[in-house]
Amino acid sequence: MTLAPWSGAPAASPPLPLRSPSVDQVTVDERAAALGRRSLKRDAKIAGLRLAVRMCDLTTLEGKDTPERVRSLCAKARLPLERDPSVGPVAAVCVYPNLVPTAVRCLAGSGVHIASVATAFPSGQSPLEVKLDDVRRAVGFGADEIDMVIDRGAMLAGDYAKVFDEIARTKEACGSAHLKVILETGELGSYDVVRHASDIAMAAGADFIKTSTGKITPAATPAVTLVMLEAIRDFYYATGRPIGMKPAGGIRTAKQALHYLVLVKETLGDDWLTPDRFRFGASALVNDILMQLEKERTGAYQGVDYFSKD
Amino acid sequence: MTLSRTDDGTTTLAAPAPAGAPPALRFGDAWGYAPSPEATDHVKLRPRYDLFVGGAFRAPRSGRYFDTHSPSTEKKLAEVAEADEADVDAAVTAARGAFESVWSKLPGLERGKYLYRLARRLQEKAREFAIVETLDGGKPIKESRDVDVPLAAAHFFYYAGWADKLAYAAPGAQPRPLGVAAQVIPWNFPLLMAAWKIAPALACGNTVVLKSAETTPLSAYLLAQLCQEIDLPEGVVNIVSGAGKTGAALVRHPGVDKVAFTGSTAVGKEIQKALAGSRKRLTLELGGKAANIIFADAPLDQAVEGVINGIFFNQGHVCCAGSRLLVEESILPALVRKLKDRMATLRVGDPLDKNTDVGAINSRAQLERIRELVASGESEGAERFSAPCSLPERGYWFAPTIFTGVSTSHRIAREEIFGPVLSVLTFRTPDEAIEKANNTFYGLSAGVWTDKGAKFLWASKRLRAGVVWGNTFNKFDPASPFGGYKESGFGREGGRSGLLPYLEVRP
Repeated sequence: MTLAPWSGAPAASPPLPLRSPSVDQVTVDERAAALGRRSLKRDAKIAGLRLAVRMCDLTTLEGKDTPERVRSLCAKARLPLERDPSVGPVAAVCVYPNLVPTAVRCLAGSGVHIASVATAFPSGQSPLEVKLDDVRRAVGFGADEIDMVIDRGAMLAGDYAKVFDEIARTKEACGSAHLKVILETGELGSYDVVRHASDIAMAAGADFIKTSTGKITPAATPAVTLVMLEAIRDFYYATGRPIGMKPAGGIRTAKQALHYLVLVKETLGDDWLTPDRFRFGASALVNDILMQLEKERTGAYQGVDYFSKD
Repeated sequence: MTLSRTDDGTTTLAAPAPAGAPPALRFGDAWGYAPSPEATDHVKLRPRYDLFVGGAFRAPRSGRYFDTHSPSTEKKLAEVAEADEADVDAAVTAARGAFESVWSKLPGLERGKYLYRLARRLQEKAREFAIVETLDGGKPIKESRDVDVPLAAAHFFYYAGWADKLAYAAPGAQPRPLGVAAQVIPWNFPLLMAAWKIAPALACGNTVVLKSAETTPLSAYLLAQLCQEIDLPEGVVNIVSGAGKTGAALVRHPGVDKVAFTGSTAVGKEIQKALAGSRKRLTLELGGKAANIIFADAPLDQAVEGVINGIFFNQGHVCCAGSRLLVEESILPALVRKLKDRMATLRVGDPLDKNTDVGAINSRAQLERIRELVASGESEGAERFSAPCSLPERGYWFAPTIFTGVSTSHRIAREEIFGPVLSVLTFRTPDEAIEKANNTFYGLSAGVWTDKGAKFLWASKRLRAGVVWGNTFNKFDPASPFGGYKESGFGREGGRSGLLPYLEVRP
């Protein structure tokens, strides 16, 4: 991660936005859908898909996760397509805190980041001290990226200061680790609240804002991602600080991935078309992208068993 | 940002932002879209199109043909018959014959069936129509594919449904058809305007003679082919092509009962003078200089989309284009910044490329007019910003442009430019916004962007414009009436209102 971490304490942070710009749902939905109709032919498609692989946070967040499973995932992260080393590696592996030590061992020297969910993921319904301890331990295990969840209950109850303070405290607990703030947009109910939560998260010190845990439907959608990209744009205009974006959950196909890249390209421009500023949180996406890349290379689709299951 | 080491061993940030410079977004080609041209090989244009009169393509009595070109390449596409007075007379006679012998006697249910068939056939041939519309007119294929052709089909479907329900359009008034309708359409939406004109006329039991625009005659002749394919009775739809002289001959023809014109205000005035004292009914849909009003409480990012769509849709060749942007002064810098960044993402070029957002200017004459007005804006002291795009060498092109610092007295704030050029003005209070919005001799459309429903309703009641859009722009639906106030014309097209100009109703 080459972004300079933001180290301001809450007291030094920008003032808490009590109101955010309103969002018109109809136009956002139309604009997001229109950008899904960009036509991406061969070269543009290949370049986009290769970039998308490098933007993936390869994720496993299950109760049944084991060290063996994570080892396998890490191998896939280093070398997604064994017959073409020029593809990948992915940006990060994303696991629960207990599995961070395994990931650290498997990814040493690979340049692949180790992301850990924390803060009583996925509900966030635990005391703050428990959440902060969760973060400190994950960082102590060697995670260099922390994916936290906001307190959606506080957000919906209008206790914005609580949401802000928890993010700011989590940022402190992260130390030098990068902080991704999960809004869980599927629980927020409207784009206006998504926008407000985005603004609070960025003001409180988020390095990335992220749509979803993957445990709630709907998870990431192009439209909600567009709302968050526009929040990032306004924050950048106002402060010059670039915030990253991570849609997560429900992104399974290469075609979807390209749609998201188009949203980024036409909303924030070239400087965000990098794994430092844009990530996909996904588990099934990588193999669909690999399948499309191999199809472009060989002219024929190959069966699913020609791609390693991570 | 990337850390890099300089020769003296110090570590610096690569490309540091100069102190005080505002953060800027870069819209370049870090990841470019490859060309994605729509395939055209399945579209077979005829080398020559004759007049469509009495159900058949006939050589013009004038013996003259003119060329139609693609404005994006300046290549000749086909030659097209030029109708003179004798040709117009033949077309009107064919329409009269069809009206007397067939169409006026046909039950509404049967007329509706023909219109449904036309609508379905148009959908089946949608791709071909979209390509021809883009070739002949220069508009982006994504617009002809997603807007022009589907909306044209929707108009036929909509009015097909009315054909056997006219008694409900004018309850108790025993609606009857007028006879022969002379219809003259513009070059900006050739197929869609043909549909707007033909569908209600036929649904009401009239027959038509339609004159297409000089620079875009092809899609009307493709529509004529559809009329043949669905076995529409001969003479119900007649199509002629030519320049202003042909149109003048058509609207002055004594055998015509109704004239419907869409085009410039200047020509509309001539037609109204020519028809004064005659029995002919007239509807006019003319120019516009629509105000797009953005209040400070508006959803700004979406308002920017509305501004872009309002002025750059179809290269601004839209009579209801949102060409006067009225911005609440407190948000002017924020809005202009967003607008400029958004303009940097516009893709200008080959209209057949599926990713093109802004296509070619329709004709050299129109390009000259745009250039002349833009020059006046510069010389009158407004500040010009044009999208940073490269334009093709051949063809007629104009980069999307906005003017800030525009005063209400500037020509670019008063005259219709009919191109991709936006004038940005400001207001301080809602009353001032309405006053400035209404301070025009046009009144076709307006847009209002606000987060407050009450403010929108307040504004829409005070705006003297035929259509007022709330938090959107350039939205069309066959069920929604469209037409102007003041010098934007009179009469409505679309919806139930769109039937009445084609019906004789007993008061």
